[in-house]
Amino acid sequence: MLIRKAALKFRLYGGKVIDPHNQLEGNFDILVENGKIARVTPTGSTPKAPPESGVENIDVSGKIVVPGLIDMHVHLREPGFEYKETIQTGSRAAAAGGFSSICCMPNTNPVNDSSSVTEYILNKAETGGWVNVFPIGAISKGLRGESLAEIGELKEAGVVAISDDGNPVMNSNLMRRALEYAKVFDLPVIPHCEDKDLSGEGLINEGFISTITGLPGIPAAAEAVMVARDIALAELTGWRLHIAHVSTAGAVRFIREAKARGVAVTAEATPHHFSLTEEAVKDYDTNTKVNPPLRSGKDLDAVKEGLNDGTIDVIASDHAPQSSVEKELEFESAENGIIGLETELSLSLKLVADGILSLSDVIAKLTINPARILRLPKGTLSEGADADISVIDLEQSWLVDPSKFNSKSRNTPFNHWELKGRAVMTIVGGKIVMRDGVIQE
Amino acid sequence: MIWQRKHILGMRDLEAEEINLILETAESFKEISTRTIKKVPTMRGKTVVNLFFEPSTRTRTSFEIAAKRLSADTINFTVSASSVSKGETLIDTARNIEAMNPDIIVTRHSAGGAPYLLSKYVNSSIINAGDGAHEHPSQALLDMLTVKEQKGKLKGLKLAIIGDISHSRVARSNIFGFTKMGVEVRVAGPATLIPVDIEKMGVGVFYRIEQAIEEADIIMMLRIQMERQKGQLFPTLREYSRFYSLDLKRLKLAKEDVTIMHPGPINRGIEISPEVADGPYSVILNQVTNGVAVRMALLYLLAGGGDLD
Ligand SMILES: [Zn+2]
Repeated sequence: MLIRKAALKFRLYGGKVIDPHNQLEGNFDILVENGKIARVTPTGSTPKAPPESGVENIDVSGKIVVPGLIDMHVHLREPGFEYKETIQTGSRAAAAGGFSSICCMPNTNPVNDSSSVTEYILNKAETGGWVNVFPIGAISKGLRGESLAEIGELKEAGVVAISDDGNPVMNSNLMRRALEYAKVFDLPVIPHCEDKDLSGEGLINEGFISTITGLPGIPAAAEAVMVARDIALAELTGWRLHIAHVSTAGAVRFIREAKARGVAVTAEATPHHFSLTEEAVKDYDTNTKVNPPLRSGKDLDAVKEGLNDGTIDVIASDHAPQSSVEKELEFESAENGIIGLETELSLSLKLVADGILSLSDVIAKLTINPARILRLPKGTLSEGADADISVIDLEQSWLVDPSKFNSKSRNTPFNHWELKGRAVMTIVGGKIVMRDGVIQE
Repeated sequence: MIWQRKHILGMRDLEAEEINLILETAESFKEISTRTIKKVPTMRGKTVVNLFFEPSTRTRTSFEIAAKRLSADTINFTVSASSVSKGETLIDTARNIEAMNPDIIVTRHSAGGAPYLLSKYVNSSIINAGDGAHEHPSQALLDMLTVKEQKGKLKGLKLAIIGDISHSRVARSNIFGFTKMGVEVRVAGPATLIPVDIEKMGVGVFYRIEQAIEEADIIMMLRIQMERQKGQLFPTLREYSRFYSLDLKRLKLAKEDVTIMHPGPINRGIEISPEVADGPYSVILNQVTNGVAVRMALLYLLAGGGDLD
């Protein structure tokens, strides 16, 4: 990984540090040395490093300094779909968006259901990646939901969780066994909760918009029933479950109730599910086609409430690149997916402006919370930790222009949105990979 | 009012005054259809392309006659959906057709929303001639014209639409259109064929045909298709017919001068009993004549209007 080449020494000074892991909030200077966070000291307590010391002084006053952001749900499309995205372009988009770590889902071709694919991804990330890449392995061979993948070997190769994302594990017994088996290897299980019989031919949320567009609907219950099932199975097996992309009020309710009873369940929500409703789909814009679909206003409110009260622990993009060949189509023929890495932080900061979350809560959901779920030694500004740091300008307003994205794909429903707040620096293992919006080639 | 809309993608978008203008224009075109020379030069030099991705002789012919009566040049394309992968066909075909500089493209497609996509890729005006289970605006407009002629008005009438509402583009367009014109619309069918939240479209929802047609001025019977479902929406055609077919006995619940409409083709003896289908209530032939008039009006307005003589 690029981080290993880093040997720079620098000091970020004058910024407002928010580190939910250490419950640190205030003006601190951060000294980075040998790829690690060497020292965190109150601003003004240490003199500026003289030029001959070789320490670069980087003025970040007026900016927010946080642990490097983590997106635990990303599709990098490599191997197999390099025309949509590669590990290089996807990680570049991450760096541009303020993320220093991303986790990539296994629905590649071949599927990441074996150590050789995991190794391939890690190797690609090491040689051409811009940020830390943590692969997620498959639950079942070929994501077919029939038999378990070689989960132990996947773990040894470096996966940080298992998921059949994109597909639900419809067979309840297989899901039960996956949870039991994953326990042995200390891997959280990340289900994509969708009852395929209920979703059927559905393309969008079942509701008023499916009724007026005549597009077949996916009822909210298709998600809720699987969330309920998987919670029951997490209880049965005593193992850790992390629910991907929660989109419905029913799912939020089940998770909240399970957490109250002490079940080991965590959950994530995507920016598109807390920023958009099914309304966005009514003129058949295929960039709004996503699975789970954009839901009703009530669902959106419930997701926000879940973020607010801690039911939903994590914000993750479900960055799902699709080429124009797959999106410039009739709605029914277009692929699902929304890219998110380059708009995620700004849309999340909107939750602060809207009074849903405190800034510190947003940062926690993008740093320490996913790190804890995946047991990554990340998401912190502790001295001695890897120097993964993001610097955010809360005041910067910008207009979303997909043609300027670093991702290979352009499938965003947020085109032309005016957003406020943006990452201005991404540091990975002590190396500045993005500065003022520019990738540091 | 002055017509300003570029495309006719659905009744959803149209305002009541636009609908009125279309119907009034259609009425004046009906007069032309009674002349010995049924042609006006209004659209001379303009090109109308009929781009059909789903076979439909009736609708296509109706648009073609309408265009010819306005002296437009017409070109027909019927693209088989199975020939190439669907998506490529639509965009590629759209680009190819755009090269001919048509003024109006009339299109039908099995995918809901396909005309929206088309409208993004071509400069021509688009008329949706039926897309998936979404809309079929010219059918709704001809239904409205027919009812207006029969009853002398629209406002205040009661319309009952019976059958598979979920999969019907005719139902959607008619619900949008008639409710905008002040008609009380009711729908009825088994709950499995009634889409969620449809009451938000401003209609009354019933599960029994008897309740929906009570005091109705117009009854619209939709074609029921067994092949759509695998026994999961309703058990059998026999049972469907037993609970939802329009027979003479049920018909007595409606107003005495009730008008019965069917977008066709009818499953005689299934959604409608033969006595009713062949009775004095049906306006099917009127619907054909009105179809041409309404489509002339749409073409005329989208082409920019002009002198009618
Ligand atoms: Zn998923």
